[in-house]
Amino acid sequence: MEKVYIAGIGQTAVGELWKRSLESLSNEAIQGALKEAGKPEVDALYAGNLLASAASSQANLGVKIATNSGLDGIETMTTEAGEASGAAALRLGYLAVRSGYVRTALVVGVEKYTDIVGSSVENVISQTMDYDFEAMQGLTPLGQAGLLMARYLDSYHPPREALGALPILAHANAINNPYAMYRRAISTDAYHKAGLVCDPLNLYDAAPYADGAAALLITSDEKLSQTAEKAPIEITASTSTIDALALHDRPDALAFSAVTISVQKALARAGVSWSEIDLFELWDAYSIFGILSVEACGLAAHGEGWRWLAEDDHSPKGRLPLVTMGGNKARGFPLGAAGVYQAVEAVQQLRGEAGANQVDGAKTAMIQAMGGPASNVITHIFSKL
Amino acid sequence: MEIPRHWRLQKQRYGLVGEICPHCSAKIFPARDVCPECGGEAKEPFRFSGKGSIYSYTVMNNAPVGFERGLPYTIALVKLDEGPTVTAQLTDLGANKVEIGMPVQMVTRRIKEDGDERGMLIYGYKFRPVMG
Repeated sequence: MEKVYIAGIGQTAVGELWKRSLESLSNEAIQGALKEAGKPEVDALYAGNLLASAASSQANLGVKIATNSGLDGIETMTTEAGEASGAAALRLGYLAVRSGYVRTALVVGVEKYTDIVGSSVENVISQTMDYDFEAMQGLTPLGQAGLLMARYLDSYHPPREALGALPILAHANAINNPYAMYRRAISTDAYHKAGLVCDPLNLYDAAPYADGAAALLITSDEKLSQTAEKAPIEITASTSTIDALALHDRPDALAFSAVTISVQKALARAGVSWSEIDLFELWDAYSIFGILSVEACGLAAHGEGWRWLAEDDHSPKGRLPLVTMGGNKARGFPLGAAGVYQAVEAVQQLRGEAGANQVDGAKTAMIQAMGGPASNVITHIFSKL
Repeated sequence: MEIPRHWRLQKQRYGLVGEICPHCSAKIFPARDVCPECGGEAKEPFRFSGKGSIYSYTVMNNAPVGFERGLPYTIALVKLDEGPTVTAQLTDLGANKVEIGMPVQMVTRRIKEDGDERGMLIYGYKFRPVMG
């Protein structure tokens, strides 16, 4: 099997980008990645996206994107795995290149949620849940997170404000990310006083939906990876695991068992242990997801994830840095594109291009995306050569 | 409008009808083709008692289209006495303070308005506190 290298990255600023289209955002990210890799011949483009079919009435998005960027005659398809759609596109690209059938591919994550307005946005995003038995009861993804947080608080009785550690860290890190949506810090006090959106979940517990595109140029071509403008990064693990789509169909809703399986497989595949992971771009769509994730990863015992996040140092200078460029919470949460943003940010860290947020000597990074509340978990490990 | 899919789910929505596995006797809701407990084929209907307790709950302050009329509403994960958990709105709360562990029972209520003022009204299960 071929080794898979990342030879170029590109991203757009994240935000409410009313004036931009799916294809123009994609092209900005694609051109960034192609330029870094020395504009090589591309065999395939895999597009990760969640909302375009419903929000922009556009299916077969990969073709639209590729054609707009002048990539005629290549292979393309679009992946959908809920909010993990971008990570799924990366996994598909990884499988294609690793198999040897595709030599060089673009992986593009793109989202344009502002193509619709009003409360129908909630209907579209609620399609990630079990439609007949969750969405049809009036639940939304925000509500799912509220249900998880309420159960967590009742089960383990952490101090309520301690659950703000991850959003506060994300905002602190986003200050130094020029692509981030919210480049300002939030205080513990501001977190504590934030309005409830789905009691007990408050405004700062939820990552803001956003538009944006990010791209990776991946290849098995060692020569290309060496002649590229930047030092190549190898993808050393790629895993994908599911849990029940509906929260109510799981034996223990707080277990996030797909995270456990996905991470164990990824560590084994890459042949590393947690002590060798220099940074972890975890999935902070909601603060409670981050807490349950670190517990499911085995980084903290069940019921202790909030303490591990609040009391240990997870800044870029800390023991295990998290959400180093602001995470979904403060970089902004471009849904089906977010998994590719995570990959781009991990590459920035491994190349030593993360500026004020640089993790010293970072050699190995883990990124993890979730569709729904860990209904679909995709984990990748990258290593600097 | 989504008339065929709502019609298809009538029994499940109105009567909380799931399944009992003919192989391992597990009670299943919602109905599915393969038993989650034993992996055998599941097909025998089973009507749940509608009694259960609250596993978790939250309050929705923003709603998708079709649910705005009920705002704000409380939605819960209800653990049914027979085993499975369902997602459903709570209703008839009155002065009751909702708590995790609280016993509830199923009632049939209007769930959603599908389409405009000429659209279909969709009924189904909600849960209310057990009286007395």
